[in-house]
Amino acid sequence: MTLKDISINNLRRRKGKVFFLVLGLTIGITTVVTLITITRMMNEDIARKLDEFGANILVIPRSDDLTFSYGGMTIGGVTMDAQSLKESDIPKIRQIEVRENISTVSPKLLGAVELEGKKVPLVGVLFSEEVRLKKWWKIHGTVPKSPDEVLLGNEVAVRLFKSTGDFLSIHGKAVRISGILEETGSQDDVLIFADLPFVQAVMNKPGALSLIEVSAFCNTCPIEEIVHQVSKQLPHAKVTAIKQTLQTRMETLNRFKRFSVGISVVVLLIGSIIVFTNMMASVNERSREIGIFRAIGFRKSHVMRIIFLEAVVVGLTAGALGYLVGLGVSRFVGPLITGIRGGPIHLDPLLALGAMLLSAVLGVASSAYPAIHASKMDPTAALRSL
Amino acid sequence: MNLIEIRGLNKIYLFGEEPVRALCNVNLNIPRGEFLSVMGPSGSGKSTLLTILGGLNHPTEGEVVVDGIPIYKLSLEKLADFRREYLGFIFQSFQLIPYLTVIENVMLPLAVTRMSKGRQVAIAEDILERVGLKEKQKRLPDQLSGGEQERVAIARALVNRPPILMADEPTGNLDTRTGKEIMDLFKALHQEGQTIIMVTHNPENAAYGTRTLLLRDGRVEGDGVGRREV
Repeated sequence: MTLKDISINNLRRRKGKVFFLVLGLTIGITTVVTLITITRMMNEDIARKLDEFGANILVIPRSDDLTFSYGGMTIGGVTMDAQSLKESDIPKIRQIEVRENISTVSPKLLGAVELEGKKVPLVGVLFSEEVRLKKWWKIHGTVPKSPDEVLLGNEVAVRLFKSTGDFLSIHGKAVRISGILEETGSQDDVLIFADLPFVQAVMNKPGALSLIEVSAFCNTCPIEEIVHQVSKQLPHAKVTAIKQTLQTRMETLNRFKRFSVGISVVVLLIGSIIVFTNMMASVNERSREIGIFRAIGFRKSHVMRIIFLEAVVVGLTAGALGYLVGLGVSRFVGPLITGIRGGPIHLDPLLALGAMLLSAVLGVASSAYPAIHASKMDPTAALRSL
Repeated sequence: MNLIEIRGLNKIYLFGEEPVRALCNVNLNIPRGEFLSVMGPSGSGKSTLLTILGGLNHPTEGEVVVDGIPIYKLSLEKLADFRREYLGFIFQSFQLIPYLTVIENVMLPLAVTRMSKGRQVAIAEDILERVGLKEKQKRLPDQLSGGEQERVAIARALVNRPPILMADEPTGNLDTRTGKEIMDLFKALHQEGQTIIMVTHNPENAAYGTRTLLLRDGRVEGDGVGRREV
């Protein structure tokens, strides 16, 4: 026989009241879990969209007189010698504190090449990174696999009358066109993409880079934080976040987060009040019983432990139920609220543990006053028949 | 040597602003092994005396010393420990916990000790055998007769082997035959050396005691030593 046995047996006896106690807390925990899960869905959706939209951070050499137009290719006259980017800067970007948020780092060296009397922009890239960055690329042919293969933008291919499999001569070196991009409507249409080391070699700029495009997820930190950390790693570079429409989505998400916190607090408060009133009524109903406990030698702390143990059992049960119901509700309600199609339900042990812990803490906190009240009951008043 | 010594005991209750004297200058010594019956009309102070002796009700004045311990100088938590170690209560109307089985009710005082569950069960079963209820140990109180519930209450009061057994009208809710069985059990316990203090209205029950204390208006009106044969 332990105090725990007394608590459990009492809960078993009062099934109806325990049901309402558990229900009160379960509603609160369900609301919290639902809102957290929906917020996560929105976060994941934004991350996915960021990924689809390509780079959202641009790293370029720091220069006072630099007017850099990547699309328009106004790179001439740029004083890049003093503070140019280098290949050794890439690992530094990968070493920032929030590196887990970085998806792709795509270095580029820009230049120009004269082909058949026409000046054409040439970009050296790492194709493995570039293809990850530009998921929307559709290529007739294949991505270049060796340094003597290039990829042509649609417009430049038309102007040069070239197609897949043809050869070009770049600074006297013959290269094969492995693929041609479908029209993108962007700067990529007028560019020749070649292997980065090849371009560095032909332009006689070993290890040099013109810019680095970075794609970062931003689930857990603001994009400004990533920009700040990259800037710290590369003091000679100018790091800017590319403002996109996603920023609006982030603001919407932040507003939703604030709304969620507000709703959660209100619902949890209501749940706590239900627990408080139920526990208080229970303690008053059990005054005779508490009198017996005290008369046979239970200390005040023993009486309090009986009440708190009941609160913990109720809290943990409500936490587990609230978590499961919350997952189910967010699966069906989430898509209605956010317009995001729901994926499969993922069981998150950390969220489950958090829900149970929160519920237990609320249960105990709401039972604190009833427990103190119970422990202070006068045993002779409680046992009027004595 | 006296197990209990009461000196200059006064208890005044306040009803609104009006003081009501429940006990007036009570002095009493109770030796170890005594079976004391406390009698008196309603409102005479019997229950107040029992609650004060039981460490449940602070006196207005006076001292209660049990086994050399001035119990009302103890902190409230120490006083609870004192009740657990020294006293076994048998309440009127049995006062069993309705959601605990017979054996769980008997083990209740042991729930706050460090005793293992196996040891608790062994002790509780021994006592239930003594009161003739071992076979019904898994039942709930409402599945027992009044006499059986009283026996469970006695078993619970004895489980921690207290030096003092306190009973308040132990046969008040029982028929005559069952009441006699219970009083015979008290008699047997007393013969084994148990100190018993029993409040009763019933002179036949009081006759089981070795000494009868008569209270009236909070004062000791009679203190008869000696047992009438029953």
